[in-house]
Amino acid sequence: MHGLANPARFLRLARWLTPTCLVAGLVLATAALAWGLFVAPAEQLQGETVRIMYLHVPSAWLGMAGWMGIAGASFAELVWRHPLAGIAARACAVPGAVFTAVCLATGSIWGRPAWGTWWVWDGRLTSMLVLLFLYLGWIALSRASEDAGQGQSAAPAIFGLLGAINIPIIHYSVLWWKTQHQPPSITAGQSAIAGDFLWPLMIAMLGFTLIFGGVVLARMRAILADQQAEARLRRKALDAGNFEAPF
Amino acid sequence: MREVVDAWTFVIVAYGLGVGATLGMVAWSWTAMRRAEKRRDASRKR
Repeated sequence: MHGLANPARFLRLARWLTPTCLVAGLVLATAALAWGLFVAPAEQLQGETVRIMYLHVPSAWLGMAGWMGIAGASFAELVWRHPLAGIAARACAVPGAVFTAVCLATGSIWGRPAWGTWWVWDGRLTSMLVLLFLYLGWIALSRASEDAGQGQSAAPAIFGLLGAINIPIIHYSVLWWKTQHQPPSITAGQSAIAGDFLWPLMIAMLGFTLIFGGVVLARMRAILADQQAEARLRRKALDAGNFEAPF
Repeated sequence: MREVVDAWTFVIVAYGLGVGATLGMVAWSWTAMRRAEKRRDASRKR
């Protein structure tokens, strides 16, 4: 992990890993969604709407995983001052926010036929909405410190660590409070879901996770390339200024 | 009276939204990366 904090070493790895993750992820996610739509059976009580699960559950997982990525990178930035840690946190924010929004939207669409309502202010839904607002706040704070020329500002990193408090709240909300949302169906080593539903769900989770990884790598490469171009242009402008100065 | 809802409509809208957002994000990230790396390479040559 510490070895990868070197930008040159990271770029060597990311150059082949980015397209590999994206292509493998897109193939797996497409196969899983097609399986979920056309092959997997309808559920006894929920009928056809259970198929939304193959999109909703991976989105929920990646919404939370994205913030854990921000928190882990923030920790590395504050403790070890890794040059890539802040970039990794910035790269996780947008895909995390997108998957959180997809989770909320697909959950709402699923809730209408399953619960008879688009939205309820219960523990799980509200804490997930709070996660979306945390992402938007983090993105705004990160851009503001960047615009102010505080590339190494600790504020986004501290926010990233504090916001991680919401992750166990989301996870345990269905156990701590009486909620409309069902309790977890998959726990460590155990599943309450039948194999017909579980297999396409697991493949969708893997596929979307690879897509997420590919997007994070692509965004890290873009941020790094922008920083390198900026630094080079600034250096050239400085050199030109020194050359033209009379004394 | 019980409201009649077509379950497939909800499924299709959810898939359209989720797949569209995912593909849009992949395309945007990839093109942004390519553009940034081209800009960096151009700055090297200048």
